[in-house]
Amino acid sequence: MFKRHGLSAFAVVIAVFILLPVIVIGSYAMLADGALWQHLFDTVLSEYLVNSLLLLFGVGTGVLLLGVPTAWLTSMCSFPGRRWFSWALLLPLAMPAYIIAYTYTGILDYAGPVQTSIRELTGLGYGDYWFFEIRSMGGAIVMMSLVLYPYVYLLARSAFLEQSVNSIEVGCSLGYSRWRALWSLALPMARPAIIAGLSLALMETLADYGTVQYFGVSTFTTGIFRTFYGYGDTAAAAQLAVGLLAFVMLLVLLERYSRRRARYHSAVESKARADLIPLDGSKALIAFALCLAPLLFGFMIPAAQLLYWAIFEAQPLGWDFVELAWNSFSLAFMAALIAVILAIILSYAKRNKPIKPISTVIAISGFGYALPGTIIAIGVLIPLAWMDHSIIAMFEGLGWDNPGLLLSGSLVALLFAYTVRFLAVALGSVQAGLDQIKPSLDHAGRSMGHSPWAILRQIHVPLMRGSILTAVLIVFVDVLKELPATLILRPFNFNTMAVRAYELASDERLVDAAPASIMIVLVGLIPVLMLHASISRRRPH
Amino acid sequence: MNLINKLIFSTFTVGFLCANVAQAADVVNVYSARKEALIKPLLDEFSASTGIEVNLVTGNADALLKRLQVEGSATEADIFITSDVARLHRAKEAGVLKAVALPVLEASIPQALRDSEHYWYGLTLRARPIIYAKDRVDVGQLTTYEALAQAQWQGRICLRSSQNVYNQSLVAAAIHALGDETTQSWIEGMVNNLAKSPSGGDTDQLKAVAAGVCDVTIANTYYLARLINSSKPEDQAVANKLAVFWPNQKGEGAANRGAHVNVSGAAFTKYGKHYNEAQALLEYLASAPAQAWYAKINNEYPVVDGVEVSQALKGFGDYKMDPIDLEILGLNNRQAIKLMDRAGWK
Repeated sequence: MFKRHGLSAFAVVIAVFILLPVIVIGSYAMLADGALWQHLFDTVLSEYLVNSLLLLFGVGTGVLLLGVPTAWLTSMCSFPGRRWFSWALLLPLAMPAYIIAYTYTGILDYAGPVQTSIRELTGLGYGDYWFFEIRSMGGAIVMMSLVLYPYVYLLARSAFLEQSVNSIEVGCSLGYSRWRALWSLALPMARPAIIAGLSLALMETLADYGTVQYFGVSTFTTGIFRTFYGYGDTAAAAQLAVGLLAFVMLLVLLERYSRRRARYHSAVESKARADLIPLDGSKALIAFALCLAPLLFGFMIPAAQLLYWAIFEAQPLGWDFVELAWNSFSLAFMAALIAVILAIILSYAKRNKPIKPISTVIAISGFGYALPGTIIAIGVLIPLAWMDHSIIAMFEGLGWDNPGLLLSGSLVALLFAYTVRFLAVALGSVQAGLDQIKPSLDHAGRSMGHSPWAILRQIHVPLMRGSILTAVLIVFVDVLKELPATLILRPFNFNTMAVRAYELASDERLVDAAPASIMIVLVGLIPVLMLHASISRRRPH
Repeated sequence: MNLINKLIFSTFTVGFLCANVAQAADVVNVYSARKEALIKPLLDEFSASTGIEVNLVTGNADALLKRLQVEGSATEADIFITSDVARLHRAKEAGVLKAVALPVLEASIPQALRDSEHYWYGLTLRARPIIYAKDRVDVGQLTTYEALAQAQWQGRICLRSSQNVYNQSLVAAAIHALGDETTQSWIEGMVNNLAKSPSGGDTDQLKAVAAGVCDVTIANTYYLARLINSSKPEDQAVANKLAVFWPNQKGEGAANRGAHVNVSGAAFTKYGKHYNEAQALLEYLASAPAQAWYAKINNEYPVVDGVEVSQALKGFGDYKMDPIDLEILGLNNRQAIKLMDRAGWK
């Protein structure tokens, strides 16, 4: 009896703990007096809302257009470069949005080499010729789409790969063309994965501060920061953050409702792969171009520019870069491990006991992803500092030395914040993997007298190894790029590469920020390559 | 798995070591909103000469302030450093600072550049004049900040976002000199004259002026000095096209109040545990060698007399500064942001 309920109870405890910072922010929001609200409402709020919606719509369209076709092409069709693209298309994931924004601004704005050459070659002055204004809403949409589409690509691709071929085969034997099968079968079946990728990209977009702030696009999140930093009003900032959360919840509910009772796991075990659709001639060329474009603009060009700055123009990195790289790497690794283990426990508990309270608690435990890192950091800081005060009081009561801030002043705070912020990423991937496994396997395991834990360890984890690795990869890379929470919560004398890059960039030394930026990208490549190696081993293609 | 275990072990070890460095005896712990590159070398110098170890966390001033508030009496930070006065004032209001009268600092730093109740001390001075394109602006047309609202500047001004605290402090100073209404119409006029929607930092505005996007901007002098001293030809090309105009230097009343200045500064935290070390550090930061370092490395004006400034700063010439008590910038900060919101200054 305990074993059966133990898992659910454990999962709920974890979920509530993860939600603690969100709850703290929520209760902070109750303290706001509303005076500032009137001012915001009269002046800037409508602009924030409109801009946020535009940005969401633009980035949503962008990541779908870049992510889904590339996922389909690399998993279902055969054309020159397919294998290489299948992992290379993940590379933009290693590029933080604020860094790609700085980089393209350096290349494309009025003072950059492109426009300067135009003026020098033609003799025209600024304003005499038309040029894309990179620092604009359009620019922000393009930048974010370029680095966020891999979420959609990654999840859509693994869904396409894990779809049992038979459904497609059956479709074809019923007279569907391959393309018809894509629209009528493969896409609808991959929908949960595509939506999961899309919602990750959109939540990341909502939480972004660095890019929009640099481009001068005022969104809801810049509004939160203006309220917190400018007006120094934490309560009103918390209220805005709660507004943001409510919006995300609404979207999630809408999506849930729209697919209500549909079930997406495959009915047969066969994972045999259909033959790839061969593409040749102009079709192959188009496929090649479609895959090359996001890679070129999302990774190659900005990475080349960063590399150029880092090698030829920036102040060279000191030896402390080894320490920075190690700090970044170990933090990201730890956080990824924690987040993914928790995600497995939570998703499995939900699968094991799919009742409303549990699934609801688990669903909202991922909402930290839509909140800006700074807000999460405050939500983490408050309960941890409170616990620290209790620990200190206890030590003093026992006559021991003051232990200092064991939780809020150490990496515990950072790891907690990362987990809260990125659990959604891990949950998305792990749940998608778990959903693909037929419940009859669980029933079989249980009828043989195995405990849920044993079934999880022996059946599910091996079967969804790919999804688990994907989750580890994304959380790792996300933590590597994470800035605002790291900035606030890090202990004394502890820096990461993202912090170093940010400090130089925000001191308006973009070129000097290049070495640290390129290091983030390089360290981020490690798990991308590892994931690729592991997927290749699993699949003959 | 062995590797993973090692990783886990070492990460946690590092974490707890970090938690404990702040506890040692001869140390001072600093929360700094000045960037690491602009404070660490001085702190290292201080450690080398005194043997006092300095532990540092850098970050956004408001975030560090929040951390101080939340940590309360358990905080390990002894010194809070910011790069503008509004945040020092906010920290004072939040009750996380301790008033400490340090005779050495009171004697060397002018009254206007430190808190009247001894809560904080200005350590470097930043001036925010008008910077213009030499080839397109007749310097005779420039007079005051307020005059930038005139119709002749239509489509010729670049400004950084109002999100930026230096602009907030500029407006806060104007509120003191001109009152709410005049300030409001000044910034409305100036925003109407913008050549482009605000984006980027001070350096970006300077580059925009040089590239011909606009003709004038308002920026801190050290950004221009940095371009002048840069080893890159394209930076020097930008700098060569620009010149500094010191506004509000003559005329009547507010038009004669002087150019806007701000300070970066430091304060004792209320619950700091290393009082003597913190005092030694503050005295060091206001000493002649440290002041000379700021002037040389980041082209900031010293707050004490008799310290040589950099060649670039000398080139900008002498100017009269707005003698306003800087704590007023902190007092007026929220009002300034409200006016900027109303004026549509993004």
